[in-house]
Amino acid sequence: MQITMQQFAFCAVALLVLGSAVMVVTLKNIFHSLLFLALSFLGVAGVYLLLSADFLAAVQVLIYIGAIVVLMMFALMLTHRVMSTKLSQTLGQWWVTSLPVALGILTILIRVFVVYPWRVEAPPGAAPTTGIIGQALLTKYVLPFELASIVLLVAMVGAIVLAKEDKFDDSA
Amino acid sequence: MIPLEWYLGLSALLFCIGIFGVLSRRNAIGILMGIELMLNAANINLVAFARFLDPTVLTGHVFAVFVMTVAAAEAAVGLAIIIAAYRNVAHINVDKISVMKW
Repeated sequence: MQITMQQFAFCAVALLVLGSAVMVVTLKNIFHSLLFLALSFLGVAGVYLLLSADFLAAVQVLIYIGAIVVLMMFALMLTHRVMSTKLSQTLGQWWVTSLPVALGILTILIRVFVVYPWRVEAPPGAAPTTGIIGQALLTKYVLPFELASIVLLVAMVGAIVLAKEDKFDDSA
Repeated sequence: MIPLEWYLGLSALLFCIGIFGVLSRRNAIGILMGIELMLNAANINLVAFARFLDPTVLTGHVFAVFVMTVAAAEAAVGLAIIIAAYRNVAHINVDKISVMKW
């Protein structure tokens, strides 16, 4: 009975993720689709919980909903003219180009994982994953960890330089 | 127990929805949203494989943390570029921004 409960939870979360993702790419009002993007990220955090990845679920909520969605909201507010629903938000012939490409890639992906014989039984997982991830980050993956901090620093400097007003160009 | 194929199917569907969003949106922020959906799909794949094939070492979780780092950096730089473009051409429709085309 507990097994079917888990599968039911997965189906509910997957419906939440996929439904709000479809709303993200189809809604006319880009601000509403941004709110659905936050809902979809929340659903992905639920998927992480079902995969017993507690640390990643918390990080997903913090980084994606707390940082990226809020950042996009700022960018939308700064470019407010595009928020009106009267402007068309999609390219003209999307059913000629985008839909066949997306469906073709979906067919290839589904064919790959249907044909390949996966080892389906899940071993018992390690419940608190934070310590394991931290140990891996500071021992085996310490060089990528430091490189990631350099990437974040460069991105921060680059974002400041790009979004800065142009009038200080001569002095800078 | 939920089979691995369900997670892979969810991630494949999410990835293709993201691709559709990237290809069909004309608003640059909409394109960034599609990219974030695709990165999330890849993350679901990484965590699912870590859960089913590698449940004690959790390499997939570490990779997912790096993917999130790069996604945050990409969102910051991308939105800065979008704001700079909006300041120059007063809109962010990617089918009309063609100042670098000749």
